[in-house]
Amino acid sequence: MNRTIYMDNNATTRVAPEVVEVMQPYFSEFYGNPSSMHTFGGQVGDAIVRARAKIAHLLNADPDEIVFTSCGTESDSTAILSAIRANPAKRHIITTRVEHPAVKNLAENLHAFTGHKYRVTQLAVDSEGMLDLDEYEKAFSEDTAAVSVMWANNETGVIFPVQQMAEIAKAHGVLFHTDAVQAVGKVPIDLKKTAIDFLSLSGHKLHAPKGIGALYVRKGTPFTPFLIGGHQEKGRRGGTENTASIIALGKACELAAARMTVENTRVKHLRDKLENGLLTSIPNAIRNGHPSTRLPNTSNISFEYIEGEAILLHLNTVGICASSGSACTSGSLEPSHVMRAMGVPFTAAHGSIRFSLSIYNTEEEVDFVLEHLPPIIDKLRNMSPFWHNRHKS
Amino acid sequence: MWDYTDKVKEHFLNPRNVGQIDTANAVGEVGSLACGDALKLMLMVDDKEIIVDAKFQTFGCASAIASSSALTEMVKGMSLSEAAKITNEDIANFLGGLPKEKMHCSVMGREALEAAIANYRGILLPMAEGEVVCECFGVTDIEVRRAIEESHLRTVEEITNFTKAGGGCGKCHDRLQELLDASAHQVKASIIPLKASRRMTNIQKIKLIEDVFEREVRPTLRKDGGDIELIDVDGDIVIVSLRGACGSCAKSRTTLKEYVEKKLREQVLDTLTVEDDRA
Ligand SMILES: Cc1ncc(COP(=O)(O)O)c(C=O)c1O
Repeated sequence: MNRTIYMDNNATTRVAPEVVEVMQPYFSEFYGNPSSMHTFGGQVGDAIVRARAKIAHLLNADPDEIVFTSCGTESDSTAILSAIRANPAKRHIITTRVEHPAVKNLAENLHAFTGHKYRVTQLAVDSEGMLDLDEYEKAFSEDTAAVSVMWANNETGVIFPVQQMAEIAKAHGVLFHTDAVQAVGKVPIDLKKTAIDFLSLSGHKLHAPKGIGALYVRKGTPFTPFLIGGHQEKGRRGGTENTASIIALGKACELAAARMTVENTRVKHLRDKLENGLLTSIPNAIRNGHPSTRLPNTSNISFEYIEGEAILLHLNTVGICASSGSACTSGSLEPSHVMRAMGVPFTAAHGSIRFSLSIYNTEEEVDFVLEHLPPIIDKLRNMSPFWHNRHKS
Repeated sequence: MWDYTDKVKEHFLNPRNVGQIDTANAVGEVGSLACGDALKLMLMVDDKEIIVDAKFQTFGCASAIASSSALTEMVKGMSLSEAAKITNEDIANFLGGLPKEKMHCSVMGREALEAAIANYRGILLPMAEGEVVCECFGVTDIEVRRAIEESHLRTVEEITNFTKAGGGCGKCHDRLQELLDASAHQVKASIIPLKASRRMTNIQKIKLIEDVFEREVRPTLRKDGGDIELIDVDGDIVIVSLRGACGSCAKSRTTLKEYVEKKLREQVLDTLTVEDDRA
């Protein structure tokens, strides 16, 4: 049994073969430094210009507005710290309870990070993982320096109305950052039509390699570099460019633009087939997250009365890769902060499984999961004292 | 991905003794849905107090299921008194070890076993009586102290790995550190008198006595509005003054003899006697 059915694409994705192909010469042939004076290095600089244009194109931004970084996390840190430094007298930031740790932990540690005390409002979500825009409006104060709200949630796929939220922030004169690491390549993004000031993306979530990211910085937005050093990226990010990965990210964005329709039709169809199949064949299975305001590739389902890690390890033995919001999988002892923020009851939170698909998944793979998961759930429930007692309490 | 031993994986994928014993005469249930793992252990004990059958139901991760399965295999055929000696380390060792973050699964096994034995004997376990230090996982100071002692824990993180205490909101970390410090003191204090023996100088004695007062005696007396002061040490005679509520308390003599003197004899020198300065 050595076949792998990979349904964990929100964790990371396979680097597209087309991407591998275009990046490889930049290790062995075109290994020059783009900052060099000679043509040998200079030609790499030209390739970076073309890559930057492809990323800008996917987002409908100007190439000048794209800064390459080392990952999504660096983009998030750069944007948020830049935004608060633009308004050092203001000491309040608005974010949500369901952000990725790249934003959540940064916000929570801001005082330690900067030596100042920052107040952080973490907007609540409802049981479907949605925000309340009235609460958002009310959160603003004279002191608000920045807003950071993710475009799409990595655990549930729920999409936030960031365009609308950016308009509201703009009306308050507050800078708006969105962590779009999960959204880029999966849903259309047109930055020219929004008031978003900063947007983070990460290569490895859209079939480029790990360790490459980008930050969109709207023209005219005040900016302070996070990594201070050489003049690379027009002084916005020091450090010699990760050339091969930048070329790769360019290609991946080009592919994503071309495949956006497939993502939202075929991938979505596979996701729906998987989700509906599991929800109908397995009792006490609950979908986590809004049914439609959601990424086309993500399905998060709780199987009540059993624990996620146990489910994952059984899936693993038949070659199926997924992930869980259960406590045990992360090494922490509590279920994921996203499940808790949504108020998913403990009966279900520990048994939540996320399937995240990509264009590389097939219908046959979905059928395989539909065949193999129900007996695993049965076996674990048969072992669970709560399953046997569920009608008593 | 956790680094589970082959034995853990094997017991997880093919757990032994899953199910119920309807006529079980020793049942131990620990854990809860909120905590993320729970174990119901059912034993059949014969009239010679031999465990003739064992079954379990577990909600939890792979190591919780494997620990439960291992436990049932270990106890079958044992007498209750043998089984009572099983420690969480024994369960982990049976499985070739557990990742340190998962040691609490083996602790859960031992707790279920204790609960089952207590259930058979019709007694209540002391665990639930302590003061709850970790609200998130409902762990008491008694459980934490016991884990510290039995598994020689040295850090708050280790306490969390073994008991889960401190694994939620983190508010109890200071309290856990106090429990660690207190047990470290106890170890030190119990070693010193043996080594220092009777040839301690008065200064050394005074220092140790003050330590015991500060660490243990005063906090206890203060709960009742009292206090204690060290007046003098004359050879083996420790002269103290009881203050506040204790000074006028009719039981002050008992307090001195039964409590203060006992503490000092345990922790400083076993020849000490305590006297009230007014006596
Ligand atoms: C929503 C979100 N933000 C940020 C990140 C971090 O990206 P990276 O791993 O590139 O630092 C991730 C991925 O783990 C993510 O899902």
